[in-house]
Amino acid sequence: MDAAQALADLTEISAQIEAAVLARADGSVVASTFRQEGRGEDLARAAVELVAAAGEARGNSGAPELVQIQAATPRGSFFIVRDGGHVVAAVTGSKPTVGLVFYDLKTCLRMLEREAEKAEKSAKADKAEKPAATKENIGKATTSRKRTATKKKDADDRDESS
Amino acid sequence: MRARSAFAALGLSAGAAAAAALWLRRGGSPREHVDLYFADGSMVSFVPGSPGGDRLLPIARRVLAAARG
Repeated sequence: MDAAQALADLTEISAQIEAAVLARADGSVVASTFRQEGRGEDLARAAVELVAAAGEARGNSGAPELVQIQAATPRGSFFIVRDGGHVVAAVTGSKPTVGLVFYDLKTCLRMLEREAEKAEKSAKADKAEKPAATKENIGKATTSRKRTATKKKDADDRDESS
Repeated sequence: MRARSAFAALGLSAGAAAAAALWLRRGGSPREHVDLYFADGSMVSFVPGSPGGDRLLPIARRVLAAARG
């Protein structure tokens, strides 16, 4: 499953989420439910800006990591959930079920993380197979050389005895 | 006696109407706030008028205005 599919599932599962965007920690968009690319970029940039401003508002540098934000206004709510490398931001109506929206956003991030882990594992497995094949060849070559050397020695012994 | 009970009924219905209007108004538009949730499970809430709220809420308002077109 790719990021766009994960966001499409998110908006399908959660009727409260009107629009969502998945971005990297620097604000670059990975996927968005907006048809216009610019709106997704704006939302991602605002999410990163809000996370930075929230960190500064909290003030204490030794404070635990900020993981979720909900900003509620009469026009609607703006949700942000983030993990190590990604931020997912969503816009809802004015009276959302906060816990449910956070749960859906976290599920979306977790699904993407799992997919990334799977891809990484399969890439590692592919890499591991190729060097093994090379080793086998090296092993064969060494053995055949040894055999040749033994054959040569045997031939020399025979010559000396005759 | 009749006038007294009529006034009482009128006062009661006026009070009920005022309470209902207040309840609807409070429930109709949620109060603005920004809630920050941290990894250790703690939460901080900023309301308008607080330094954090005045800094964070304009960003949220801008985002929602842009998202709704």
